[in-house]
Amino acid sequence: MAREATKGRKAVLTVVAWGIGLLIFFPILWTVITSFKTEAEAIASPPAFVDFHWTLENYTTVNQRSDYLLHFWNSVVISIGSTLAGLVIAVPAAWSMAFVPGRRTKDLLMWMLSTKMLPAVGVLVPIYLLARDTGLLDSRIGLVIVLTMVNLPIIVWMLYTYFKEIPGEILEAARMDGATLSSEILYVLTPMAVPGIASTLLLNVILAWNESFWTLNLTAANAAPLTAFIASYSSPEGLFYAKLSAASTMAIAPIMILGWFSQKQLVRGLTFGAVK
Amino acid sequence: MLSPAVVLLFLWMIVPLGMTVYFSFLRFNLLMPGTNDFTGFENYYYFFTDPSFWPALVNTLILVFGVLAITVIGGVGLAVLLDQPMWGQGIVRILVIAPFFVMPSVSALVWKNMLMNPVNGLFAAIARGLGLRPFDFFADAPLASIIAIVAWQWLPFATLILFTAMQSLDREQMEAAEMDGAGPVWRFVHLTIPHLMRAITVVVLIQTIFLLSVFAEILVTTNGGPGTASTTLTFLVYVQSMLQFDVGLGSAGGIVAVILANIVAIFLMRMIGKNLEA
Repeated sequence: MAREATKGRKAVLTVVAWGIGLLIFFPILWTVITSFKTEAEAIASPPAFVDFHWTLENYTTVNQRSDYLLHFWNSVVISIGSTLAGLVIAVPAAWSMAFVPGRRTKDLLMWMLSTKMLPAVGVLVPIYLLARDTGLLDSRIGLVIVLTMVNLPIIVWMLYTYFKEIPGEILEAARMDGATLSSEILYVLTPMAVPGIASTLLLNVILAWNESFWTLNLTAANAAPLTAFIASYSSPEGLFYAKLSAASTMAIAPIMILGWFSQKQLVRGLTFGAVK
Repeated sequence: MLSPAVVLLFLWMIVPLGMTVYFSFLRFNLLMPGTNDFTGFENYYYFFTDPSFWPALVNTLILVFGVLAITVIGGVGLAVLLDQPMWGQGIVRILVIAPFFVMPSVSALVWKNMLMNPVNGLFAAIARGLGLRPFDFFADAPLASIIAIVAWQWLPFATLILFTAMQSLDREQMEAAEMDGAGPVWRFVHLTIPHLMRAITVVVLIQTIFLLSVFAEILVTTNGGPGTASTTLTFLVYVQSMLQFDVGLGSAGGIVAVILANIVAIFLMRMIGKNLEA
């Protein structure tokens, strides 16, 4: 009897949760479905859900008519470039704060975090003018530099919380056995730090891929990543839904797959370790 | 080994911010080169007396509080729901989290055109199917529509954080309360909510930081309009400095935004700092 009741309860909860889940997911699903329609079907009323002529036409047109691949490549270069640059700067910093903490380590960490609290619009004008005067406006290098700095505090913090969990005794033991500093880092620390670094890399690529303030304000035709390219579809005409959907699907698919693997790291990285 | 990170971040912070402060005291318009006179607080005076300033401030507050209310209440509800026994919980979680990974310009355009468009949108089709007149979302309720889009983007974040916090809820205490005859509502109010309080605070503070900077969603959907109906502080500063080329005025606005954000940041830093000691 009691078992029946729990099973019934579980069934109800399952239906409710799936219903809400699908409702929240629906705009994405709708975008993917629309991307396989013709433009006429995309604005047909009443709209069709599965009962239409499925076509890949939009994906080929989007690739042919616009420089879609260029913008996709810009997104790849900018997100991965800024993440790698950030890691190169942040790994030594996080390493020394985690293993050789000084009296001011905590203040330093808090200060780094505080730079992240600075609203972007507060420094929009100077960054824009600096980029313009150094020729970095609408260039991939310029955006890599800006996004590296924007996300550096998060990278340092995430790495710090991961490195903190590596027991210091292991390093001491290695030192006792005569390991030099370089071999200590190479053979003892690195293998233990790799999962943390990988998680940081993953989250940061996602953040950089979707960054939409600097990418929209600092780029034009050449260096525009997908965020800016898609925003240029913002015309009021109704005859491009299917192509917009195809471009959107291609823009969000890679990062969504990465994102599903990074749920835990997301919590840790975005709350600066305050919720684990 | 610390120094590269520290030096770079310090430069990144202090140079542009210093320039913004400096510009905010100049009469500096990119359309009128060569007339960069020092004007004291004139830009601040013009910024605060700009007819767009108060609407922008009010819109910013409505946007931030509106999105926070929806995401926190919805997030707590979803976190509790996802914590219940069910089939396919992992898949439901993936469905719920998905919107967070959609880039802002995509979600804004998809909502604007394919869902909310009064002629070709899905909502209009549904309204017509029910015999109702389609609602013109961005003309009649621009700010509320933007709040809906932004809330859709941030609900996954709140849910994910609160769901993670749910994992550390003391199950034995829950069962003990249930044995003592405490109903689900009592348990929710007296055990679940107090346990989640810390995570809720973190969600509120972090989201506030990001929500104060909402930009692409407004640019793509309403461009701040009609009139100033959906202009926020961030968008106002963008309009003044990037469209009207009034660097001085935009800089003054930027500094005001920095000060507002710092008020929130102080609380957030305190919480994280406390956690660091523990």
